[in-house]
Amino acid sequence: MVTNKLLKQITLFAENKPGRLASATKILSENGINVRAFTIADSGEFGIIRFVVDDADASLRHLRRAGFSVSETKVIGLEIPDTPGALFEISRALSDNDINIDYAYAYTSAAPNKAILILQASDLKKAVGLLTELGFHLIESSP
Amino acid sequence: MEYWNPKVERSSAEELKQLQERKLRRLVENAYEYSSFYKKRFAAAGVSPHDIRSLEDIQQLPFTHKTDLRDTYPTGMFSVPQNQIVRFHVSSGTTGVPTVVGYTANDIDVWTACLARSLTACGLGRSDIVQVAYGYGLFTGGLGLHYGVEEIGAAVLPIGAGATTRQINLMKDLGTTAIACTPSYLLHIGEVAESMSIDIASQTRLRAGILGAEPWSLESRARIEQNLGIKAYDIYGTSEMSGPLFTECSAQNGIHAWADHFLIEIVDDYGGPVEEGERGELVVTTLSKEALPLIRYRMGDITSLVWEECECGRTHPRIMRIQGRVDDMIVVRGVNVFPSQIESVLMQIPEVGDHFQIVVDRAGPLDVMVVKIEVTESTLSDRIGALMQLEERVAKQLRDVLMVNAKVELVERGTIPRSSGKSQKVIDLRQI
Repeated sequence: MVTNKLLKQITLFAENKPGRLASATKILSENGINVRAFTIADSGEFGIIRFVVDDADASLRHLRRAGFSVSETKVIGLEIPDTPGALFEISRALSDNDINIDYAYAYTSAAPNKAILILQASDLKKAVGLLTELGFHLIESSP
Repeated sequence: MEYWNPKVERSSAEELKQLQERKLRRLVENAYEYSSFYKKRFAAAGVSPHDIRSLEDIQQLPFTHKTDLRDTYPTGMFSVPQNQIVRFHVSSGTTGVPTVVGYTANDIDVWTACLARSLTACGLGRSDIVQVAYGYGLFTGGLGLHYGVEEIGAAVLPIGAGATTRQINLMKDLGTTAIACTPSYLLHIGEVAESMSIDIASQTRLRAGILGAEPWSLESRARIEQNLGIKAYDIYGTSEMSGPLFTECSAQNGIHAWADHFLIEIVDDYGGPVEEGERGELVVTTLSKEALPLIRYRMGDITSLVWEECECGRTHPRIMRIQGRVDDMIVVRGVNVFPSQIESVLMQIPEVGDHFQIVVDRAGPLDVMVVKIEVTESTLSDRIGALMQLEERVAKQLRDVLMVNAKVELVERGTIPRSSGKSQKVIDLRQI
């Protein structure tokens, strides 16, 4: 199953006003949830905050209970070497196969000289197959 | 098919009109004799009771308005002595001075009898448990329905408005089969039930909603019926008429207006009659009320009236869907907009949540209308472009129907105020 090789990402909808990120992360912190990486996209009036956390299911539950608009999506979590050309190799492979990157963000891995790249692609299944074939290590959400 | 009073409910239209004519003549004579208000009004219009012989002659009589009730506050339009009054209700007065309505014992009986017919038409009877979640007290909804439910021998749960969690628990524990409240409050009850992990459709015995006190669209009805697994019936009536009075029947095709007690006209913008079935403003003349008779009272609701016999066998005229209120209408850049039109568009779009709010403001010389809708979990995409496209798609559909631009704004879940009574759908910030 391809989905086994994917990461769970939390998407949170927030109106563009001060304090929304603070109140969401407060809930996560109070429940002992660690945020590995996050990114904000905004439209001017509203934004969506995407999180990768150590316990996606618990995060969803707590945020939902607190009244936030949240949903879960699957993304690719890719371990890449901290060396020149790594990102180029990935983006070329995807573009050669006509796969579009919708968004991406990164965090540093616990492993030395490695970074974790989080990717959303127009064709997730195809992207996973391709990157696995190229020998990349895909991070999975713990069940 | 069950009827509460089959003889009256199925009289021929001709018999009903003859009865209306007799009662109208008597009403006008009594008003002229016992009410200084109407006597003055008739004199000013140059009309006397002798001029009123047929139903058509009603057009010679002057209209009455809500302002008349306010101008004669509190009881200047009453036409019985105080010792005949057994109850008062008072409208909230959110739009001005409150209006006071009085009832004789007979007025309460007529009100209750009307509701008994209506609730029976909704398929309710002795074995039902009806949760009355309209406000009790000065508002007519709670007590009115309460008496009607008792009259048909069903059990009433007089819970009143609010305390939503308790509403849901009692609904489940007692096996409530019908609920009476505003449609927006029932939607809210559905939401809260969901957050309590209670599925109203499968985990309660609820099968009917008697919903009114605010305009709602057929699309909202479809959502309520589908989400809660019930039949949702429209109920109509205002405090000036007594309170909630008329409902739809199982055919759900128009509200049966009991013609032996109320004479309904539909008039155009200039107060002239419209053809049967044409749209206009609802005007009510009360044929049986004693304490506060109303002659040609402008209700402000926009609808049409049909006399054609209903498939349920009832012959009384039907008030078709209320399309809005004259005073709900907002004028945006010179275009007339009814909140019900907006609701109707929004509720057809599956990605749009159940709650919305319209904010009208002015940017420089121009009106700006913003329609706020809530993000639902199923709509919330991780791609921001998808959400922006949703806003644009809703805006386009609104523009196609309204003929004026509306800006659509996605807001967080739960941020549009919920109400246990009438919901405030329009906020007008314009300083004119």
